[in-house]
Amino acid sequence: MIGVHDLGGMHGLGPIDPEPEEDEPVFHQAWEGRIFAMSQACSALGRWSIDASRHARERLDPVVYLRTSYFEKWLLSLESLLVEHGLLTDEEIARGSPTSPADEDVAARRLTPAQVTSSITSTGRRFDVEPTAPPRFRPGDRVRLRPVTTPGHTRAVRYAQGRFGTVEAHRGCHVLPDHSAHADAAGEHVGAHLYSVSFTADELWGAWASPHDTVRVDLWEPYLEAAT
Amino acid sequence: MTNDHDGGHDGGHDHGHGHGHDHDDHTEPPSETALRVKALESLLVEKGLVERPALDTLVDAYETKVGPRNGAAVVARAWTDDEFRRRLLDDAPAAISSIGITAPKGEHLVAVANTPRVHNLVVCTLCSCYPWGMLGLPPAWYKSAPYRARAVRDPRGVLAEFGTHLADDVEVRVWDSTSEVRYLVVPMRPSGTHGWSAEELQELVTRNSMVGVEPARSPEVTS
Repeated sequence: MIGVHDLGGMHGLGPIDPEPEEDEPVFHQAWEGRIFAMSQACSALGRWSIDASRHARERLDPVVYLRTSYFEKWLLSLESLLVEHGLLTDEEIARGSPTSPADEDVAARRLTPAQVTSSITSTGRRFDVEPTAPPRFRPGDRVRLRPVTTPGHTRAVRYAQGRFGTVEAHRGCHVLPDHSAHADAAGEHVGAHLYSVSFTADELWGAWASPHDTVRVDLWEPYLEAAT
Repeated sequence: MTNDHDGGHDGGHDHGHGHGHDHDDHTEPPSETALRVKALESLLVEKGLVERPALDTLVDAYETKVGPRNGAAVVARAWTDDEFRRRLLDDAPAAISSIGITAPKGEHLVAVANTPRVHNLVVCTLCSCYPWGMLGLPPAWYKSAPYRARAVRDPRGVLAEFGTHLADDVEVRVWDSTSEVRYLVVPMRPSGTHGWSAEELQELVTRNSMVGVEPARSPEVTS
């Protein structure tokens, strides 16, 4: 989707204003830690993919998206996901208590403290899948990022659409977010070859940019077309 | 250690920032957000979807266990062991597990090394993807709209805001984390550290240097 979340290259958003690294808390307020943990725990129920979580944040009202903090977006998107996937109802959220217990098969997947402990000392799930065809591009190939105007989820950043770049590396065949964000989380994954593509700053931003600088973007094969 | 802190912040305290502009993660949320989060937690627990001790364990893990110590250990090892450095740049997940570090979001890690000719900078313009297992959760500025917008268009201006100034002929190579691949910058080893052990060097490897917004700390600045 062409959305407000697609921030790369936007003007007018102000300075960065970093905090001193030594004094910086992980969570600035206690509720941030709670919504972070709830989002992780609810994802573990297996009803939606990481891409669906991202898309839920992208679908927030654009004004709300820009006005709210990172973890406020997590709260709003988690509420939407829980309702959309039938785990809670709007009524339950409004009254703050359940009208019925969770389905047993969902509750059986409830995250336990032991699972959390093992998850932080393991590398986590992989996103590469078995390819059904060989990669179409090789390092050194010139490519163009097609215009991608799907109203759904995509990772084809707006600032590089229509621009020419060079394939720098093949990263393997990875789950295609454009599919996974909208698919049944328990269903088959659709994969596509993933490449690191280098764009010169000049190609992206014009004469304004430093002639030496580059931006590397990870892009899936269906986003790309061969260029000469 | 960066995330070795008192985690029990609550309420709407001001942490010393100007609020003259709409600045994504420096917006003070209304306390109604805290209430709404609390209500959702109670509901999820009562419904049987979430166990409160699992939430407590998650918060504690990301406040005290998962953090930039992992990344710093990897970088310091790369500075002192050429064979490890080669492996790290070639196949980061294998290199990292070979020294006994296992951490989340490490399955598709790529390490990129700064040199006198190339300076690497990591951003996620579409959300806030970040190598959690190596660096912990991202700082507020990394998730902010200004950083996400400007790191790709004006990386030198962004670096200058962190006090980092590069020669014009250095290539700034910005990595936009649009996939599940996660990027870790290996900063250059500071001069004046000849003969230092990996353990000593680790103290010079800041989180910001592994995102690429700053160089590693100079020895004279430390203690």
